[in-house]
Amino acid sequence: MNLLATLRIAMNALRVNKLRSSLTMLGIIIGVAAVITMIAVGAGAQSRVEEQIKSLGSNLMIIIPGSTTASGVRLGAGANQNLTEDDALAIQKEVPEVQVAAPSTRGTGQVIAGNTNWSTQIYGVTPDYFEAREWPLLEGRMFEQAELNSSYKVAIVGQTVAKQLFGDMSPMDQTIRIKKVPFIIIGVLDRKGQSMMGQDQDDVVMVPLSTARNRLFGNAQGKLRRVSSIQVKVLQGASMQVAEDKIRDLMRQRQRTQQGQDDAFTIRNLTEILQAQETSSRVMTLLLAAVASVSLLVGGIGIMNIMLVSVTERTREIGLRMAVGARGRDILMQFLVEAVTLSLMGGLLGIALGVSASYAIGELAGWVTRLSPESIVLAVGFSAGIGIFFGFYPAHKASKLLPIQALRYE
Amino acid sequence: MAHLIDTRELIKEYVMGTNHVLALNRVSITIDEGEFVAIMGASGSGKSTFMNLLGCLDTPTSGEYVLAGENISALSGDALAAIRNKRIGFIFQQFNLLPRTSALDNVELPLLYAGTPVTERKARATQRLAEVGLGDRTDHHPAQLSGGQQQRVAIARALVNNPSLILADEPTGALDSRTSVEIMALLQNLNHAGMTIVMVTHEHDIAAFATRIITFRDGAVVSDVPNTPLNAQEQLAGVDAAVSGAVV
Repeated sequence: MNLLATLRIAMNALRVNKLRSSLTMLGIIIGVAAVITMIAVGAGAQSRVEEQIKSLGSNLMIIIPGSTTASGVRLGAGANQNLTEDDALAIQKEVPEVQVAAPSTRGTGQVIAGNTNWSTQIYGVTPDYFEAREWPLLEGRMFEQAELNSSYKVAIVGQTVAKQLFGDMSPMDQTIRIKKVPFIIIGVLDRKGQSMMGQDQDDVVMVPLSTARNRLFGNAQGKLRRVSSIQVKVLQGASMQVAEDKIRDLMRQRQRTQQGQDDAFTIRNLTEILQAQETSSRVMTLLLAAVASVSLLVGGIGIMNIMLVSVTERTREIGLRMAVGARGRDILMQFLVEAVTLSLMGGLLGIALGVSASYAIGELAGWVTRLSPESIVLAVGFSAGIGIFFGFYPAHKASKLLPIQALRYE
Repeated sequence: MAHLIDTRELIKEYVMGTNHVLALNRVSITIDEGEFVAIMGASGSGKSTFMNLLGCLDTPTSGEYVLAGENISALSGDALAAIRNKRIGFIFQQFNLLPRTSALDNVELPLLYAGTPVTERKARATQRLAEVGLGDRTDHHPAQLSGGQQQRVAIARALVNNPSLILADEPTGALDSRTSVEIMALLQNLNHAGMTIVMVTHEHDIAAFATRIITFRDGAVVSDVPNTPLNAQEQLAGVDAAVSGAVV
């Protein structure tokens, strides 16, 4: 007997018991939809972390000042302003694993353009900073050496600042005032998105490091070259750990830290933190998928149950089919195809439901969801597998019936 | 010459708990091509058991069964299925049609398992339905047909794969007397065309249409006599005349 005829018999049998077939299918539909949706949610979370890693720049370390004690009062991290531009230069020069070490200062300030104003983060940076963060310009140009050396009043703005101050107008060559000092905008940064803490990284104005120091944040005497952090990008392929150890040794030396004394600075390896986060979100995805698979399993048991009922109910039919020449394997195929049809149809409908649910979650809850073709292929394969696995026992049972007993079954 | 059916010392024993029931006790019968045999006997006489063995639905405990020169007793399940498919047509008391399935699809069933291509399948099934007088009912489901019509569908199904033997198990058991005679007329026509028919019945009226009557009791043959068959067609005419006479 050919497969097409078997398929037709199966479809017919399923149509005869519409309600029963649909309810059985519902088990698979929910199972498959749950697996697809959960994987989409998990993959979405994972992709967000990946995006953050990308937006942070890869192989990045940040060195920030440590705490200090003033009159017995311990101050928080960053209170001890003991990092300087020279530290950055030294790291760059003496640690071979370092691609670039970019010093930066940071402050907040009111930025005014025309009749609007906006409070934002102001960074004093060098072009190295953009290299470390892998942050390209959308338009305009980078700071030039002369501008860096002579504290020119030029600025590069982030997307959010550009939008807040100029709306849809181009901010290029416009004048803004930061703390009452006029700056010319020479460039606009590309969009960077949210940081892993949920901060808007595009809400920023970049000015040359010297300009920030001399014209905006005005440092105390004797600490002219101090900076608030140093971003270190390690060469691709070099070990982050080795680089971190070398930088630590160098910094301790430069700051004349005694043996056994704590570091007066902190090195934060952000990529590592994110990678840990990525791992945990991957584990979460697996966990979600595993929980969803349980419902798929329950759906499969539903199929087995209904197929067993069906075999018992149709014992006489099986007997008749055998009487007119059906072999055991014909009967086996018939019930197997029926089970697989049931689960595959459920699988396809489940995909439709899962895809729409993923979109709905993305739209309504605002979560990032990412549908992967693999999860859909997996779901289809899995549901067909469930049909075969859970359909086999009832089908086998049917095929082993003796014709005469099946025919006389009441 | 070789007989179509040749059974030698067939024994069928059932074990029920500690009881051994001898359903068939050394039955040796030969049936030739073109015979119309009625098998009679009370319930438990072994006639149905014998029929199941003839139909290859069951296997004997011992003894031999040769169908058209082929020794059936030693065949595997799949080979028996093929024999049932190609050599034997079944007619049952309860018709045993697939519910919610059209008459045409029901008749096609044996061809489906024979692997006949779909166009030939349709053509042969349609032709057989026309031969039993149901050419205009091919799309009807069993529930939409009368008992007599359902049995005709079953006969068409039995014939569709050109078997060498028709086995009828109480074919008129679920039908009224007039329809029974109609069905017997149909079987007689087939027999006249050369078809071998073996029919189990417990009604003498029905057995009277056969050319040979074998009677079973307690698992053994107690009589085996030729019979001058009643002509079912004439009987029908008689019944019709009586009915119209009563009306007038």
